[in-house]
Amino acid sequence: MSSPIRLKDHARDKRLIHSRLMMTGVFILLLSMVLVARMYYLQVVQYEHHSTLAENNRIHVQPLPPTRGLIYDRTGVILAENRPSFSLTITKERAGEWQDVLQKIVEVLQLDEENLMLFEERVAQARRPFEPVPILFELSEEQIALIAINQFRLPGVEVAAHLVRYYPKGKSFAHSVGYVGRINEDELKKLDKVRYSGTHHIGKTGVERFYEDELHGEVGYEEVETNARGRVLRVLKRNEAQSGKDIYLTLDYELQQVAKKALAGRRGAVVALVPDTGEILAMVSEPSFDPNLFVTGISFKAYGELRDSIDQPLFNRVLRGLYPPGSTIKPMVAVAGLDTGVITPSSKVFDPGFYQLPNNTHKYRNWNRLGDGWVDLDLAIARSNDTYFYDLAYKLGIDNLHKYMDSFGFGQRVALDVFGESAGLMPSRDWKRARYRQPWYPGETLILGIGQGYMQSTPLQLAHATGLMATRGKWVRPHLAKTVGGVPVTDESPHPDIKLSNSKYWESVRDGMESVMHGARGTARKVGEGSPYRIAGKSGTAQVVAIKQGEKYDRDKVQERHRDHALFIAYAPAENPQIAVAVMVENGESGSGVAAPVAKMVLDGWLLGPTADEDIEPQTQETE
Amino acid sequence: MQKKFDALLDSGDVTRRRVSLLQRVHLDGWLLLLILLIGSVGLFILYSAGSKSEALLIKQASSFAVGLFVMAVIAQLEPRLMARWAAGLYIIGFGLLVVVEVMGHSAMGATRWINIPGVMRFQPSELMKLFMPLAVAWYLVRHNLPPTFKHIVVSLLLIVLPCALIARQPDLGTSLLVATSGLFVLFLSGLRWRWIIAAIAAAVPAGIVTWLFFLRSYQRQRVMTFLSPESDPLGSGWNIIQSKAAIGSGGTTGKGWLAGTQSHLDFLPESHTDFIIAVLAEEFGLVGVCLLLLCYLLLIARAFIITLQAQTVFNKLLAGSITLTFFIYVFVNIGMVSGLLPVVGVPLPFISFGGTSLVTLLSGFGILMAIHTHRKWISYA
Repeated sequence: MSSPIRLKDHARDKRLIHSRLMMTGVFILLLSMVLVARMYYLQVVQYEHHSTLAENNRIHVQPLPPTRGLIYDRTGVILAENRPSFSLTITKERAGEWQDVLQKIVEVLQLDEENLMLFEERVAQARRPFEPVPILFELSEEQIALIAINQFRLPGVEVAAHLVRYYPKGKSFAHSVGYVGRINEDELKKLDKVRYSGTHHIGKTGVERFYEDELHGEVGYEEVETNARGRVLRVLKRNEAQSGKDIYLTLDYELQQVAKKALAGRRGAVVALVPDTGEILAMVSEPSFDPNLFVTGISFKAYGELRDSIDQPLFNRVLRGLYPPGSTIKPMVAVAGLDTGVITPSSKVFDPGFYQLPNNTHKYRNWNRLGDGWVDLDLAIARSNDTYFYDLAYKLGIDNLHKYMDSFGFGQRVALDVFGESAGLMPSRDWKRARYRQPWYPGETLILGIGQGYMQSTPLQLAHATGLMATRGKWVRPHLAKTVGGVPVTDESPHPDIKLSNSKYWESVRDGMESVMHGARGTARKVGEGSPYRIAGKSGTAQVVAIKQGEKYDRDKVQERHRDHALFIAYAPAENPQIAVAVMVENGESGSGVAAPVAKMVLDGWLLGPTADEDIEPQTQETE
Repeated sequence: MQKKFDALLDSGDVTRRRVSLLQRVHLDGWLLLLILLIGSVGLFILYSAGSKSEALLIKQASSFAVGLFVMAVIAQLEPRLMARWAAGLYIIGFGLLVVVEVMGHSAMGATRWINIPGVMRFQPSELMKLFMPLAVAWYLVRHNLPPTFKHIVVSLLLIVLPCALIARQPDLGTSLLVATSGLFVLFLSGLRWRWIIAAIAAAVPAGIVTWLFFLRSYQRQRVMTFLSPESDPLGSGWNIIQSKAAIGSGGTTGKGWLAGTQSHLDFLPESHTDFIIAVLAEEFGLVGVCLLLLCYLLLIARAFIITLQAQTVFNKLLAGSITLTFFIYVFVNIGMVSGLLPVVGVPLPFISFGGTSLVTLLSGFGILMAIHTHRKWISYA
């Protein structure tokens, strides 16, 4: 059955190969003829076409930069627009001795010598041959005239008009909208070279950065014929650029102004959002800076001043400011206590003014050294009783505490579309072991129960957690963009909601938060007084420097910059929440006294509308 | 009969017919002449394309000298030895590619090089251009031709694995050339037409299905740009628009040496490497291009004769593959610069600047010379 063994037949194999070789020989001749035909077509048939182009004239492909998308607030107030601006460009290949030409520009425009270095740097950034590189921006009428007069001395130099980003509301939205700036070398390496071939600016922070792809648009190009001096003779082919998408933000210009005004010049942060949708209505970090400075390149001196200012205007306190949340997390801790069953709404703790762990002499003090006596949940929140929450935290333990605080978004980035958000810190056993190589101590759980210790949160996280209290655990990520190019933004990976074993617990805590504002012994009852709607709030203070055991916080002794930060969170109306607010006033000391009035003004601004007599002064804008 | 003949060849009764000095040193006069001719034309054009840079010229000339030396060394080797080493060489080449793959990853980028500090720097993918036809030819001649289905599959695996690694570097041009050199061996070995037709018949619907269902729109866009670079004038189309203008403005007789304007002023980014034919076409016109093509065809014709006269099946397959791959170099390069083919990085043989490809090409011709000059005749004396 075995098949016959075929011997190797070399003669046959060679015949086979030879026939194949002949075939390929014919193929090679055919393909060579194709090449000759192609060359004949280009060099003889199309000779006229190409040679006229080449004679004195050249074809250039010029990118047409897309117009950057505009940014509006939720009501259509424009926050970022494009303004025509004139800049000076130089084309190295046409300038001949380009260093000399740069020198002449400096002379003609009577600029400082230091500009020369800057110019050379910018020329060196040219991305393709025969590309005009902008070297000086925002030319004045006078400068344009000077260049025109001296044009004959300046080969390859041109005044170009293009659109430049402008922020009409200046400082107000610097920390939310952000700004664009010139593309630097690092960015250039990472960019799609083709897409950005006509673009000189790119979003650096804020919405401008996060939505860079959408705002930028698609580059177009035109094939033009130019003469030997670079003048465009005619356009051969044009492919229009596609403008970037316009973005409508969730921010409200009026409310933003109210919040800014409420801070009254103090350093601090205000975030307001719609609890049900996560729309951020106001996002204020004070002090702020003028984003227009960064668009065309800020001078070293001006930048140095901003960077080194003790008030840190460049620092986005809403997103990157890390503060111990203080007593503002007590409502969330209370939710954890109720849901795990270690307390009930009516269970009581006796407060002698301090709390002690078993077998330990260390006294954890209540802020009220006299003590509040027997305290139940409602009173504990209303009075912000520390002893009650020491006890609660001790009973919960760090693992439970961490689990619940994590579900409220602490220690993680919560926002959907915000650039540069800090995750904060929600400590746990594992974290401490990894960070300090130490076990977790029970005392650390206690102070965590009143929002002190390792824990750090951003004002945005506080506002978001407040929103979760308002929506009874419905998780929506806070976001800044309402629509991008007309399309609403969506959360691709929604966070699971917080589900409690009994949804009545939400009400119990809300009652406590209402007592803060409206109860007889509430810490912020003065602010809640006379309010036409019910508010649920909670005050807090974040320690800047720790106070030693047995020492008293003496404000006169503490330097102004070391005073406690004042915190306040609130949502309203309590029964049907429309808005949630978190306020942080740096070194404001009193949450209920300093931060709560700010929050109240923001709530009023949204729920009652801007009152007629309270005029909101228009932002006057200086771009210097 | 054939077997007996082979046995005879191995016996001591065989003498070598030595006619000339060149053959005594195992070089082939025709090949050498044509290579030197094209090479010197290349240096002239490079002088013009490289903006009269002498340093560039010296560098290229010394690469050429190194290449010729390597060619001469390889020409001394008995083709039988090459057949014996084929498998080992292939494994070494493949191993080096894997090394590049691993090192390339740690260096966070596309690395094609192996760097032995202070000693040398080379591209294993270049070695593969020679090892590939060696290995496939070695594998196929162990069995009867034409290859059976099983042998085809194994050969294809031999071809695809290293090419995938090279394409990942990413170096599409080299990957295609390596694959071509292997596939030519398969074709020459008498791969049955039904398999070729079946492969094409399977590839077309597979391509259409992939296009319709598996590629995302941006990937399709990329393929489109690749196939027709002129749709992307800011990216790869830039070169093509400029090179076409340079070639076209050369006309029939060209603008004269060093007198090209397009390729100099309007600066083709790669005028002295892959796009150098545009400089030649602009300065010497259609006549110049045709003469160069003629030189290439003469060289290929000589290589053809060597293939036909080769004495063993292995030698024929190897020589044929080297010859055809050489033509593919020429065709793909000129086709790409003149806008007929997509832009892949393939240099113009003996003319484009670049030492590595010169050495590889000349090594290939070294093999051809070895095959031709080590032929044996039965002594009748």
